[in-house]
Amino acid sequence: MNDVRIAGVGLTTFGRYPERTGRDLFAEAALAARDEAGISREDYDEVHYGNFMGELAEGQGHQGPVVAEAAGLDCPATRYESACASAGVAFRQAVQTIRGGGADVVLVGGMERMNNLGTSEVTRSLAIAADELFEVRAGVTFPGAYALMARAYFDEFGGDNEDLAHIAVKNHANAMTNEYAQFHREITVEDALESPVVADPLTLYDACPITDGASAVVLVSGDYADENGLDAPVRVAGSGQGGDKAALQDREYLAQTPAATKAAEMAYADAAISPDDVDVAEVHDCFTIAEVLALESLGFYEPGEGIGAAARGETTSDGDLPVNLSGGLKAKGHPVGATGTAQVVEMTKLLRGDHANSDAVPDARVGVTHNAGGTVASAVVHVLEVMN
Amino acid sequence: MADAGYDDWLAAIADVAEQGSAARETQSRDGEGYYLACPDGHGSLPPRRSCPHCASDELTEESLAETGEIVTFTEVHVPAPSFADEAPYVTAIASFGPVRLTGVVRDVPRSDVELGMKVSPDVDVNATTGEQVLVFRPADE
Repeated sequence: MNDVRIAGVGLTTFGRYPERTGRDLFAEAALAARDEAGISREDYDEVHYGNFMGELAEGQGHQGPVVAEAAGLDCPATRYESACASAGVAFRQAVQTIRGGGADVVLVGGMERMNNLGTSEVTRSLAIAADELFEVRAGVTFPGAYALMARAYFDEFGGDNEDLAHIAVKNHANAMTNEYAQFHREITVEDALESPVVADPLTLYDACPITDGASAVVLVSGDYADENGLDAPVRVAGSGQGGDKAALQDREYLAQTPAATKAAEMAYADAAISPDDVDVAEVHDCFTIAEVLALESLGFYEPGEGIGAAARGETTSDGDLPVNLSGGLKAKGHPVGATGTAQVVEMTKLLRGDHANSDAVPDARVGVTHNAGGTVASAVVHVLEVMN
Repeated sequence: MADAGYDDWLAAIADVAEQGSAARETQSRDGEGYYLACPDGHGSLPPRRSCPHCASDELTEESLAETGEIVTFTEVHVPAPSFADEAPYVTAIASFGPVRLTGVVRDVPRSDVELGMKVSPDVDVNATTGEQVLVFRPADE
């Protein structure tokens, strides 16, 4: 099995760019990643690309060829749609393709354009990731779906809005130094608790913002990296994916995310590590409660124990296991179909030591990314390792 | 647009609510709320060709319990356009034994909605779209 290495990464600054086309956003991130990798155009074998709501936002289907062209490449290009896990799934497919010998150089990334739609249309668009017959028709929005999970969690395990507020405060603090983040504004627990209700018990500061942006990563086989003398110090050591029933009502658990647990177990086994070996994590905190569920699925906490992690200072930048040093989806922003590979970009920089927050984890060797789709009906986990 | 399987299922719940419990007791399978069951007792909702839990294709229609219990809920303040005139509204998941349903809670103030509350399924109209919507009403004690 071929080793997979990260040869280059790129991001747009995340934020509100209602006037920018998706192809232009992706081109910015892709060209940055290509520039860092320094690999000639002819050597690119494939483009793997994540996007969730391009038909609704831009009336554009079949985006693979559109964005490959924007990235200056002339090779087969495939779009993956798996809701908020679209780019994570694209990344996993790229990893598997290289491992299986099907490619040596792959550009993988994602893009979402959202702010050209108003809040109401974005709410409608995001809701299509839920079950249309049994959830959307009963008024389930995305914040509503996570609110259903949050209330079930509080009921089963305890915890409250103040615990969740600490997660928002932590992630806003982490984003302060991240030049790519949408928000550079510290908030307090009180700010979060007093923010308007979106879907109770969740308030505005429990939710990630509506974000435009793109991310891209150049993946290469270990052989290609060695033969071409590439500086690619981070390898993809483990990959895993899990699935669950689409609708919450059909799940065994309302306050746990077994799809992510399966993905994590698969990725850890693949990398031959345990949760104890992980130095730093980027997890899918589309809502604060989602960070809690992620920490538990990743094996850092038992079910019911993750809710207080931020409040206890265990996952803050000076904690034992810093989580979402990028600012997370909460404060870095969440361009839905770009998030999976954006997490990989942030983690690669954290491990290489060239991230704004690398000083928080100077000796980190193993990082984990956790990307979830829908109410975690899809989940992808990757383990990244610094090469010896 | 028709949705075969789902529409029939919703219509059965609507019928049972209209007929009331007296009529329901004397009814045949027709006109009752139902769910799908496999031989192992797993429940699911139509349209289905196989059990989502064990893949059995021997699915039979079984009577849906008259009352269920709210297992989680949320009051949505920021709605999708299709619920613009409903907000704020309460959406809940209620357990009916082998299956859970998701519906909009009606006929009870938000402050009185609580976990464990007994509800009956019904079909009502979405005030924004005029379409049918599955709702939960407080069950008669």
